[in-house]
Amino acid sequence: MTNMLQVEGLNVSFPSRDGPVRVVRDVTFTLGRERLGIVGESGSGKSQTGRAILGLTPASATVTADKLSFDGIDLRHASAKTWRSLRGPRMSMIMQDPKYSLNPVMTVGRQIVEAYRRRGDATRTDARNRAVAMLEAVQIRDPERVFEAYPHELSGGMGQRAMIAMMLIAEPDLLIADEVTSALDVTVQLDVLRILDGLVRDRGMGLIFISHDLRLVSSFCDRVLVMYAGRVVEEIAARDLHSAQHPYTQGLLNCLPQIDGDSGPLQTLTRDPAWLA
Amino acid sequence: MSALIEVRDLAVTFGSRQSQVQAVQNVSFDVQQGESFGLVGESGSGKSTVLRAICGLAPTSAGTIKIDGKLLASPRDPAFYAQVQMVFQDPYGSIHPRHTIDRVLSEPLAIHGFKNAEDRIEKALNDVGLGGGFRFRFPHQLSGGQRQRVAIARALILEPQILLLDEPTSALDASIQAEVLNLLDALRIEKGLTYLLVSHDLAVVAHMCERLLVMQHGTRVEELTRTALQGRDATQKYTQQLLVASEGFKAP
Repeated sequence: MTNMLQVEGLNVSFPSRDGPVRVVRDVTFTLGRERLGIVGESGSGKSQTGRAILGLTPASATVTADKLSFDGIDLRHASAKTWRSLRGPRMSMIMQDPKYSLNPVMTVGRQIVEAYRRRGDATRTDARNRAVAMLEAVQIRDPERVFEAYPHELSGGMGQRAMIAMMLIAEPDLLIADEVTSALDVTVQLDVLRILDGLVRDRGMGLIFISHDLRLVSSFCDRVLVMYAGRVVEEIAARDLHSAQHPYTQGLLNCLPQIDGDSGPLQTLTRDPAWLA
Repeated sequence: MSALIEVRDLAVTFGSRQSQVQAVQNVSFDVQQGESFGLVGESGSGKSTVLRAICGLAPTSAGTIKIDGKLLASPRDPAFYAQVQMVFQDPYGSIHPRHTIDRVLSEPLAIHGFKNAEDRIEKALNDVGLGGGFRFRFPHQLSGGQRQRVAIARALILEPQILLLDEPTSALDASIQAEVLNLLDALRIEKGLTYLLVSHDLAVVAHMCERLLVMQHGTRVEELTRTALQGRDATQKYTQQLLVASEGFKAP
């Protein structure tokens, strides 16, 4: 399997009054045409890892890496022009919160059409038809209405799906999905996962699936990176997740309530300072 | 024994005549003293609206709500709030950002004219496992889990019989969720509380509640016991779908 994305020794730190805070520490992984899950609690650095790959780290932060390359292109010193040619058509990211990530003064349809037309010379009608079809594909019941709607006129789940449609319509080679399904209802969640799954299978897209939901990740991804305090503490095949070695991974798994579980107290996570070492 | 909470044919309608939204229609259920009852459904299914209607935060357009066999006065009187308290979903939004925890907890006491505020605040903080050290902090100095504990302490400080819990852990990480659920469980046994818990997560409801009501589009789908849920003994298609979906993704 060819490695589309190579990350070696990625570090991200933010300045603070008490010196730099290292939110991502020495993260190393490669990604082929597969589904890679990144799990961890809030603040574990999983979103910042995704953002650093796309060069979307805030300007105040420092990003260093021994190697950061996508399809042979070195991303560490990429020019603005290179980034423009990559972001959107080649690699893109579905953000967590549609409220802040969609343009509030443009209709949803225009935003999707814009994303589609940037990758080629599609005509206006063509792009419109594709956009409506894409909205339908993400299970929006009334795609024509949503096409004409502004983001504030949509519910959170609908906005999330509109954004998924916008990122998928450009058919990128690498997609980073940051907590895409957390705001969605379980049944819709599965629809969205099916779409992503189809893209990986049929088009050979590479997918980085960032989530705090271990159960979902273990059932959907091929491989899982478990992050704690900015570090990857464990890398494991998703189907072996239940036999995870690291106490943190085990702790995360055990503290989930189960439908078939008894009603006794749930296990809680005891954090070991040694995990930080 | 008659039920502690008795909801009959509840309907909630929002909006004016031109654009009416029937958020809840014909929902009925009973909750016994000391029981924990779950309301499950997707967003927009009206489960939170039911809680808000009980609390008097949403208008009831039809049906009756009785607590302890008595019809509720509208607007709700102080005695109601001494008996029924609510914990909201978002611990980041439900606590005043510029009030200390002490002030957040003293306000309900002042409203209800309790004299021994000092002791009660200490006790409420201890009950939720925070301790006095947190008393003079501001919400932004607490983590999400700690804030939700403060929200629970605020609800408990009036010593209510009934807690209405609206997605109490959905904004929290899995590890913190376990701590808060354990806390709620322990408090229920210790104080003999009755819970009405709203959640979209079947696993959370199965863990916390003896009985549950599944809702969709503002109407009831079916009522199940925990045992029936664990035996996958759902008669309605929608509940079966939810059960399948809660098992995670299966490749087609």
